[in-house]
Amino acid sequence: MSARPWALLAELTHACPLHCGYCSNPLELTSRTSELSTEQWAEVMRQAGELGVVHTHLSGGEPLLRRDLEGIVAAADAAGIYTQLVTSGVGLDRARLDVLAGAGLKSVQLSVQHAEPRASDRIAGRRSFEEKGRAAAVVRDVGLPLGLNVVLHRDNLDALDDIVELGLSWGVERIELANVQFYGWGLLNRAALMPTREQLAGAREAVRRWRERLPAGPELVWVVPDHFDGVAKPCMGGWGSVSLTVTPDGTVLPCPAAAALPDLDPPNVRDHSLGWIWGRSEAFRRYRGTDWMAEPCRSCSRRDEDFGGCRCQAYALTGDATRTDPACRLSPDHGLIRALTEDKGGERPKIRHRVPGRAKGAAGRV
Amino acid sequence: MSTAPGTDWRPTPAPSIVRRHDPVRGDDLLLRPERVGVLTGSAGVVVELCDGTRTVGDIVGELAGRFPAALVATEVPAFLERLREEGWLR
Ligand code: SF4
Repeated sequence: MSARPWALLAELTHACPLHCGYCSNPLELTSRTSELSTEQWAEVMRQAGELGVVHTHLSGGEPLLRRDLEGIVAAADAAGIYTQLVTSGVGLDRARLDVLAGAGLKSVQLSVQHAEPRASDRIAGRRSFEEKGRAAAVVRDVGLPLGLNVVLHRDNLDALDDIVELGLSWGVERIELANVQFYGWGLLNRAALMPTREQLAGAREAVRRWRERLPAGPELVWVVPDHFDGVAKPCMGGWGSVSLTVTPDGTVLPCPAAAALPDLDPPNVRDHSLGWIWGRSEAFRRYRGTDWMAEPCRSCSRRDEDFGGCRCQAYALTGDATRTDPACRLSPDHGLIRALTEDKGGERPKIRHRVPGRAKGAAGRV
Repeated sequence: MSTAPGTDWRPTPAPSIVRRHDPVRGDDLLLRPERVGVLTGSAGVVVELCDGTRTVGDIVGELAGRFPAALVATEVPAFLERLREEGWLR
């Protein structure tokens, strides 16, 4: 059997009080009535533990909207899996966190959209900044490690210093500075979210300065902007290699964005065991390893490091998921990425906030 | 950051770190948010002794009976120090 997975991304629900336009959830959000039950999630966790998963990110949407979240946490914990709640902070009060910690929750990752309250609320499409600050305090009071996650894009890259200061004032141990990736709603809003080269250079420099100033932490994680660096990201550490994603309705994917690949026909935990899905399903085997690669990846020395980049991005930009990720400067399609990152000036489109139901006029391929 | 603590500190997993055996892979693991530390070979045995009561000197003493003493005396303190720097132990 291929190497075992280490991590499970559990997208417990697509429901969310926030409406961020960079969201990587699919345009077609799963309705609450189609979600897996508590028992089904508990069984997913049991099987995941058996398969070798040691970390799970309990995510969404907003996982706190699952009223049975503590039961799912307890099942993961019983399976020996280290649990991290990935939350907007909305609805995370002391009583709720006490119950979750009692069920075995080990850590919390809180999202914030900007360091400035009104800007954060504007990007989130809802008043939420104040509640996030309270949630951070609650996590600290309970004594769980707290990480901050900020998706960086055109409207907040210039505030990088303030974002780090916010993290310091909230007492976080880790700040993930995740340059926006263009999947789902993020792809729909690509033109509005796309930063400029100057913004990125400034932010990169700010990160360097902070790392120098704060050698003892918090840890600053810079998730590279692959559109600008000319290098393909080692997507998910390789297809079907270290991690799997279970979506709200039980669909199992090698990567959360892979729902956008039209012919993948992904398996579902309602029909198959996770072990079968990981080891035998066609969807997980399709781009595993390097045999599927075409040139230039096939004969490239970096193919075992970046796995040819992201299949979903190759598909989104070229219509063919087997091509080299256009983010790579060696890709014959690299011009497509360069064209996207050129600053053409003029007016930018407005961000379309994420809302339930398919976005009108949104194409699957952009 | 504190200075290098030598051999009289009493290593223990840092808060929020979970140590567990992984029956699937056969190694002991250290877990924390976003990270897994795989304790291969005798590393698991060493970290098991890090319970906050033993000093590094005690740990070296206990292991010297089981492994070549000269090797233990040099490698174990360095290994524990590295785990401390990486935030697994304190
Ligand atoms: S050609 Fe393929 S393997 Fe080589 S660097 Fe580019 S994406 Fe990676």
